[in-house]
Order: sequence, then structure tokens, then C-alpha cells
Amino acid sequence: MNKHEELRQRFSLKFQPFYYGHLRAIAVAVAATALFFYGLLSLEMSVARIMGGIGELGRMVVLMLPPDPGTWTRTGIYLYAMLETLAIALLGTFTAAILAFPLGFLAARNTTVNRVVQFFARRSFDTLRGVDILIWALIWINVVGLGPFAGVLALAMSDLGIFGKLFSEAIEAADERPVEGILSTGGSSVAVVRFGILPQLLPVLLSQVLYAFESNTRSASIIGIVGAGGIGSILSEQIRTVEFQQLSFVIVLIWATVSLIDLGCARLRFSIIGARAL
Amino acid sequence: MGLAYAQAMVAKRRQLWLGSMVLGVCVLFSGHIAEISFSKFFDNIGAFTSYIGRISHLENGQWVVSDPIEWFWGWKKWLPLLGQTLLMAYVGTLLGALGAFIFCFFASKNVTASPGVVFVTRRLLEFLRTVPELVFALIFVVAFSLGPLPGILALAIHTTGALGKLFAEVVENADMKPVEGIIAAGGSWLHKVRFAVLPQVASNFASYALLRFEINVRGAAVLGFVGAGGIGQTLLEVIRKFYYADISALLVLIIATVMVIDTVTEKIRHRLIGQSVAS
Repeated sequence: MNKHEELRQRFSLKFQPFYYGHLRAIAVAVAATALFFYGLLSLEMSVARIMGGIGELGRMVVLMLPPDPGTWTRTGIYLYAMLETLAIALLGTFTAAILAFPLGFLAARNTTVNRVVQFFARRSFDTLRGVDILIWALIWINVVGLGPFAGVLALAMSDLGIFGKLFSEAIEAADERPVEGILSTGGSSVAVVRFGILPQLLPVLLSQVLYAFESNTRSASIIGIVGAGGIGSILSEQIRTVEFQQLSFVIVLIWATVSLIDLGCARLRFSIIGARAL
Repeated sequence: MGLAYAQAMVAKRRQLWLGSMVLGVCVLFSGHIAEISFSKFFDNIGAFTSYIGRISHLENGQWVVSDPIEWFWGWKKWLPLLGQTLLMAYVGTLLGALGAFIFCFFASKNVTASPGVVFVTRRLLEFLRTVPELVFALIFVVAFSLGPLPGILALAIHTTGALGKLFAEVVENADMKPVEGIIAAGGSWLHKVRFAVLPQVASNFASYALLRFEINVRGAAVLGFVGAGGIGQTLLEVIRKFYYADISALLVLIIATVMVIDTVTEKIRHRLIGQSVAS
């Protein structure tokens, strides 16, 4: 038997025509592409419109350069708005984390024996998470009025949904052996939580909270668009008044702040959970 | 040994106290800046519960679920908008994934030899993902005029940044032995990417893209707030005009859609990842 024949026998699948055994994958790809082009057509994405828009965008970018805050007073206003954004992000994350900590136990399978309670806790978190931060902001504005307080509450609501889910999953993933050890030495249920579960849990939860704080800085910088405080209100105002140089300054400010927060949180996370993961 | 343990514990306690104090000061300071007022909150908390009450009742005072036809009276108008939102998320994700696919190889140290190229690509991707998509949408609405087009582009740009980073991480974790094999056989850069890296990373790419699709569906639902298409514009309108029953109807539609999409993509993702582990 020559070498070619031998190869053909050993890897018979590789010598089939390429579509062999891939028919379903090809069908999916064709359907996906068709849907894509249908989307382009039905959403009015014509080449002419895109080209015209890109030309307009180019003119806007030229007008944006260089980024310039205008006067020093305005620089102060922008920096204060950025500080307010950070404050909203911090308080929203903090409030949600404090609230989610006990509720997470309620939604975890191994700590809540009652299936109905656990189910409803899970679904409530899903609902909180399903409503976008901007919508929460609009709802809270009706309650506490325009301003950063509404933003804090909006962030806290949607984060509560996220933390509730993540915390309860972390609790479910906790190792049972320390718990059994404490039970076997006669520890109470408080001792089980304090010495059996918490030491495993805290680093994971802290790292999740830090991660959420990063993404909340981003969210907090846009909720101002609907009037819930932070730098977003300035963004939408500048677009309306066509102050492009100041607009680009604010965008650079947001970018720099978010990058700094990302960097800081990444280092903190790293020092909390060590080399493993994330 | 007992002494060393005690010392270690003291150091740990001190660290914990210091951390809590810094956090406490930051929280108090933020509370001052963000104009937190507990009295305002507790005075008006009734407004929140009554708001929930109002959005769960029809105009004739009936409980919304008692008359679903009246509750979802605008479904002929809303369902196409919901479809448009999903389509926007789909097209945006696909365009963004395409961009990320092109950029990710230039952002991976193990595939691209020049550190300069890697650095520049990474910073570019970082910029695209740190600027919130709504900011891009605001600018694009001015340049491309109102409608779904600016929304899709904003989604696509943000997706390129976010997926580009994840894709690059996957590529950097790829096994380098096939790459060395291709180099030994005299393959070009393209051969390296196509035959050594791509087969290892494709399923992970697809899984991340699906995850991003989930996120983009949520994002697309609020892009309409700035006039960038989808169901958001209608939602903003009914909230601003206090059409209470419509608010809850639209919210229910959006939440249900998001939940369905989440479940479906999660199933597909488990299968994709399962395959890559099995093979």
C-alpha cells in the first residue's frame, strides 16, 4: 500500500469534499448572511447615505480638533461634572453591593432551602437587570427629581440585579468541605457562614464589585443624557449647541477617567484575587 | 510561630481597617457631591410605589393583566419596532465582530511581530470600547441624521473595541505549536492565521460574539433615547407623556425579548464551547 492510500484511510474524513458533514454549518452561515443583508436593506443603510454621513463626520472631526475646554471656569465645571459622575458610580455600586449581599444568599440554591423563595428572588433579579439603567433613571427622576440622586438610585437598581445573580452563583459555587468541617466540630450556622463560606466568597465578590464599578463609571457618564446627573448632561448640551471643540474635550476627559479607573481597578482586583483568573 | 501568626493577623486587620476607612470617606464625600438626601428619598418613596401602581393599571382603572388586548393595544406598531431593534443589534454585532476579527490579530503579541503595531491597535481598541456607545450614537445622529443607521454604527464601533480585546486574548492563549509547524513548512503570515490560529479560536470567537449580541440587544433598546432608531424612541415618548399602561407594556415586551435572547444564546454558547472542549 502506498503512503497516499494509507493517509486516505487513516483520515478518511479529511479527504471528503469540503461540504461533507458541514451542510448545517453552511446553511446557518447562508441564513446569517441573508439576514445581515436584509438588515442593511430594511434599515436604510445605503452606500450613498453612509458615504455622505462619513463626509459629514469628517467635517465634524476637523471642527473638534484640537480639544479645547474654552475658559478655565468651564474646565472647572467639566471636572466637577466628572467628579459627580464618579460619585454616582461609586455610590450606585456601593448601595447595590450592600443590598445584594444578604439577598444573594436568598437566591442561592445551597443556602435557601425554600425553592419558591429562591425562584422569586432569581426572577426579581432578572427583572431588575432587564430594565436598562437609562429607563431606571427616567423612573427615579419622577420620584426624587432631576439630578445625580436619581442617577445613583438608577445604577443601584440595575446593579442589584447583576450582583444578585453573580453573588448567588458565587455562593452556589462555594466549596462544601469547610462548611462540613465546621458543622462536624459543632459550629453554629452563623459560624458556618462566617468561617466556612465568607472567606471563600469575599475575594470573588470584591473583584466582581470592582469590575462593576468600572463599567458603572461608563454608565454614569451617559445617564446625564436623560437628566440624571453627571457629565452626560454636558455632552448632550454641547451637541445641541454645536460646541464641537468642547465636546471633544469632554469625550477625552471621559476616556481618560474611565481608562484610569479601569487601570486602578485591575490592579486592585489583581492584588485581591492574586494571579488566578480575570 | 504563634507570634508570627499574630503579627500576620494584625497586619491583615490593619489593612482591612485602612481599606474600610478609605472607602467610608469616599462614600461620604460622594454622598455630598451626588446630593444624596435621605429625607427626599423617604418623603417621595410613595411616588415610586404609586408610579409602579399606575403603570400596572389601565386607563379605566383595571389591573393590566385583566385585559391583555387593551394593554398591548399598540402591538401592531410595537412589534415591528422590536424587530427593528433586534435587527439593529444583529447587524451592529456582525459588523463589530468583523472589525474585531480584523483587528484582533494585529493586537496579539504571538501573531504580530512588531510591538509598535500591537501597541497602536490595542490603544485604538481601548478607545473604541471606553467611550460609551451612546456618546458615539449622539455624534453619529448629527452626522448621519436620525434613524437606525447611526445606532448600528455606534453599536458596531463599541462592539469592535470590546470584542477586539476579547478576541486578542483568545488568540494570545492559543497553542503555538501549530504556528511553529506552519512556519517550519514555510507558510506566510496569512497561512499562520488561517491554518494554525483560526481553527483553535473560531468557536471561542463565535461564543463571545453571541454574548455581545445579548448585550447589544439591551443597548439597541435604549439607542432610540438619542434618536438612533429602535423601540427606545417610543419608550421615551410614552414615559415623557405619562401613558402609564404603555410604559409597562413596552417594558414587558423588552424584558421578555431580552430574556428569550439570553436563554437561546446561552444554549448555543454552551454547545459551541462544549464542542471546542470535546475536539
